[in-house]
Amino acid sequence: MNKKKHPMLNRMWRDKQLYLFLLVPVIYIIIFRYVPMGGAVIAFKDYKARDGILGSDWIGFKNFIKFFNSYDFYRNIRNTLILSAYTIIAGFPLPICFALIINSIRNEKFKKVTQTIVTLPHFISTTVMVGILMNIFANRTGLYGAIGYALTGEYPPDLFASPSVFRHMYVWSGVWQSFGWGSIIYTAALSAVDPQYHEAAQIDGATRFQRIIHVDLPTILPTIIIMLILRVGDIMSVGFEKAYLMQNTLNYDASTIISTYVYSVGLASSGRSDLSYATAIDLFNSVINLIMIIVVNKIAGKVSETSLW
Amino acid sequence: MKTKTSAAKKPRIGWRDKSFYAICYTITIILTITVLYPILYIIAASFSSASALMSGKVWIFPVEFTTVGYEAILKYKDVWIGYRNTIFYTVTGTFLNVCITMCCAYPLARKTLIGRSKIMFLFTFTMLFGGGMVPSYILVRSLHMKDTIWAMLIPGAMSVYNMIVARTFIQNNIPDEILESTKIDGCSDTNFFFSMVLPLSKAIIAVLALWYAVGHWNAYFNAFLYLSDKELYPLQIFLRDILINNQLSSDMDDPEAVAQRRTIQMLLKYSLIVVSTAPLFTFYPFVQKYFVKGVMIGSVKG
Repeated sequence: MNKKKHPMLNRMWRDKQLYLFLLVPVIYIIIFRYVPMGGAVIAFKDYKARDGILGSDWIGFKNFIKFFNSYDFYRNIRNTLILSAYTIIAGFPLPICFALIINSIRNEKFKKVTQTIVTLPHFISTTVMVGILMNIFANRTGLYGAIGYALTGEYPPDLFASPSVFRHMYVWSGVWQSFGWGSIIYTAALSAVDPQYHEAAQIDGATRFQRIIHVDLPTILPTIIIMLILRVGDIMSVGFEKAYLMQNTLNYDASTIISTYVYSVGLASSGRSDLSYATAIDLFNSVINLIMIIVVNKIAGKVSETSLW
Repeated sequence: MKTKTSAAKKPRIGWRDKSFYAICYTITIILTITVLYPILYIIAASFSSASALMSGKVWIFPVEFTTVGYEAILKYKDVWIGYRNTIFYTVTGTFLNVCITMCCAYPLARKTLIGRSKIMFLFTFTMLFGGGMVPSYILVRSLHMKDTIWAMLIPGAMSVYNMIVARTFIQNNIPDEILESTKIDGCSDTNFFFSMVLPLSKAIIAVLALWYAVGHWNAYFNAFLYLSDKELYPLQIFLRDILINNQLSSDMDDPEAVAQRRTIQMLLKYSLIVVSTAPLFTFYPFVQKYFVKGVMIGSVKG
């Protein structure tokens, strides 16, 4: 090897052990992330397991057109957007407010105990969370049923049968689970506030509340914007698990979202499953997600000079 | 720092501030109770009799104390299979995750590595875009991983987000000077990793291990998608069957148990919620600082 002529190759050869470290992670990411991306071409094919991905016939955009023209298109996109937007509106401001409030409390012990308690629900699994909801809000055996019975003398209506209640329950149980955990990042950002600003503001006669608005909030604004970009960029991706577990035939009209629909079309009924169609829906969703995050990031960069990249 | 100075100076607190603090405490207490109450209720319910539960007598303390629910769990074989498998997946999975994550983060933390940004992009792009559920399923199936433990360990072997956090940590905490001086002493990159990087990264390894472990403990989706053999099911799948789908297997063959099934079923559910979540809840307060630390490192742009 002509080492003098290739300083770059030379340096790479010197770092060979480092590349060796990367070997397994890179192979992993290619196989388990990029191969499925390639596999998504079955969205444009009439995939048959017997012919394989490469051997199946091309059908162009037929699956996409089929999806756009179906009633499920409107319904799934609507539900996904409503759940997402509702979650952002209900769940985004609370961790910020909580962090600002807890930060202005000076009793360290009280602060620590409350912070520990409110982060606990973050560790409840989705399965258990839905199980808790179903038990507490059961209209005959749960706490909800018992209270309703005590008040009115009869069992209250079944909450899991109502599409609109599904949304409230989905969103607010999520808020309950995540606001404490979500506030950690803001508490961390708040610890970077220079106490001198507070002292100066205090000398100028600012109240604690005014100092929150004029000292604390501006400091954590970049963090808030980053979190908002991530959240809004993700608006079209609502996780599969919780919606699927809470889903039943009675609330289906509100609880079917893109991810659960993809599953039910593609993988649920192995006899009649349409893998290509499901992939097309998923791919459409992923592309929208990608566009969303890029656009939101651009806008945020222009408006506030804070962006992800 | 802040509390010290304000305590030393004793600035007079006006009525506006006083009422503001009062509001702060009130809101915090209300939020804490809102979080705590359902948890306490479930614990109380798991120790109460079914009839007390049905008649709404249980509020915060157990009524007609009983451990029937927990006894039912002891007899319930599925729960033990689930527990055993979940512990196995959590331990092996976390070990594998941490190894791969550190091996990936270490070279990418080296600023002089050629192609670093391109390799970085290869990883970060997967956070923005993916092939989706069905192609992943086909992949796992064609690798013959379906219905094997590998389906639970390999497809999620590394989280790119965690890798970036680890990389940020290594970049910020292991100065280039150490590398240079050890290089002069003839230390290879591999030696440097084991003798310097790993010992100095204990904090981030703890963070990664905890994050991954919680993920494995609570994971449901991969098992749901890839496993159909009951012997391999993690706890979460059994929990779904019992808590949500109301499927109690007939393994509970004890004739007495079958007779009392209806009432036991309800208590069993509450007890199961407690038993499956208790390990994380009791563990968390002791390792809280690592979780917080991880979030803080993650919030810094690397």
